[in-house]
Amino acid sequence: MNSKSPLWIRIAAPIGVLVAVAIAWHLAVDWFKLPPILLPKPARVLQAIWTERVRLVQGSWVTLQAAMLGLGASALIGSLVAILFSQSAWIRTALYPYVIFLQTVPIVAIAPLLIVWSGAEFRTVVLVSCIISIFPIISNVTSGLLSIDSNHLDLFRLQGASRWQTLLKLRIPSAMRALVQGLRISCGLAVIGAIVGELFVGNSGTSDGLGSLMNAMQANLRTAELIGAILACTLLGILLFLGVELLNRWALRRWTIDTGFESAA
Amino acid sequence: MPAVAIECEGLRVIFSQRGAKQTILDGLDLDVPLGQITTLLGPSGCGKSTLLRVIAGLTEPTSGTVRIEGQSVRASQHKLAFVFQESALLPWRSVWQNVRLPWELRQGLSGQELESRIQNVLELVGFKGTDWHKKPHQLSGGMKMRASIARALITQPDILLLDEPFAALDDMLRSKLNDLLLRIVEQTKTTMLFVTHNISEAIYLSHSIAVFRQGTIGEQIAVDLPFPRNPQVRSSPEFAAYYGRLSESLIRNSTV
Repeated sequence: MNSKSPLWIRIAAPIGVLVAVAIAWHLAVDWFKLPPILLPKPARVLQAIWTERVRLVQGSWVTLQAAMLGLGASALIGSLVAILFSQSAWIRTALYPYVIFLQTVPIVAIAPLLIVWSGAEFRTVVLVSCIISIFPIISNVTSGLLSIDSNHLDLFRLQGASRWQTLLKLRIPSAMRALVQGLRISCGLAVIGAIVGELFVGNSGTSDGLGSLMNAMQANLRTAELIGAILACTLLGILLFLGVELLNRWALRRWTIDTGFESAA
Repeated sequence: MPAVAIECEGLRVIFSQRGAKQTILDGLDLDVPLGQITTLLGPSGCGKSTLLRVIAGLTEPTSGTVRIEGQSVRASQHKLAFVFQESALLPWRSVWQNVRLPWELRQGLSGQELESRIQNVLELVGFKGTDWHKKPHQLSGGMKMRASIARALITQPDILLLDEPFAALDDMLRSKLNDLLLRIVEQTKTTMLFVTHNISEAIYLSHSIAVFRQGTIGEQIAVDLPFPRNPQVRSSPEFAAYYGRLSESLIRNSTV
């Protein structure tokens, strides 16, 4: 993509594509005489979003909470696991295969089991979101804690630093960037985890997340509303990503790696 | 004959990598006199840095002994400070916090006493107050190196080991920092062992220069130029004579 094109083109061009797709969609529905259950027209989708706006916003809020709690839990637990891994090669060798297992087991397959164990509750949704998003944290933070500048390690050795001091004053600060990079990958997974969890939990009662709403909409063949909910899911993912991106900007400033000046000076 | 700060005897370092053995130091003897600057001169990869690491206790020698002021390396590690090739400042700490780090790790000095010592040492290396709380990435290469030297001096070491600290800097900066080191030695009487492959830097700084030859010291040359040294000495005929002698020695002692 040509980054030199002026700002208005960079804004107008994607919007133009959106409008073109919407028109083509509208015409196609007319042309092929598609029933609204199969594919409603864009205007119907917009209308459905408007009439369902309260439930969609409430559902998004519930799902966002689940995803954020799941992401927070995996950041905390994942970092603790990574710290444990950084302390001994023996522990790493013994436990890493099971971390890989966590990454490779299809979450969709164990979600029913988790519901059996933990109930069709909000906490189960958080659990699914946490499990699906924890691997990038563990692997990124572990490598961040282990790949320390050799001069820095020598400096600490020369001062007779203890293992604990080295962890606290060198390894953890060095790994902060790796944690944020792990979060960038994990935030999308956390949203997916929350929605998958909700799809399985279903309509449990008072407050339904987007996944539960989609379950109900699909059961009632309310396709326009379903598409609206999908758009809300997408928006949610983008929101969470932007949040992590802000965190990343801050972390870059706070924990910045020694770059840039060598080439400038 | 001045007192000896560092005594290396029959030092041998052999690295084995996948069965292949590589001899880095081969029975090296060296005496480093107290309170002076001694330079290790040799081409890249000749083992100068390894020798420095052995003296600092960062690399175990295969055989041979190092004594620092008559004691073992382990017993005297706290008297040493190391200045690394790159400045090796922690990027998330300000200059001030970087200089404080050694005392955070070893304890024994804190509070107002430590803060005022940090200030003194930063002033000694030529840091303006406005730069004290900057992060390393906001500093030029020369300022980073000054901060790194300040961090090494904060523990008031008896011996300062410097591993090609100015290799990445331009000539102007290099000669300024050379003058800084000379001033520090004059004021603090710190023994310095300085590794470089730059001949004029070696002459300008040193009381004596040890030239490497195949894992040992080929010859040790005393530099009989008056102290305090100043930049004019670089254009003197004596300086040129040392330069000629050393480059000849380097060529003679190099394997290639």
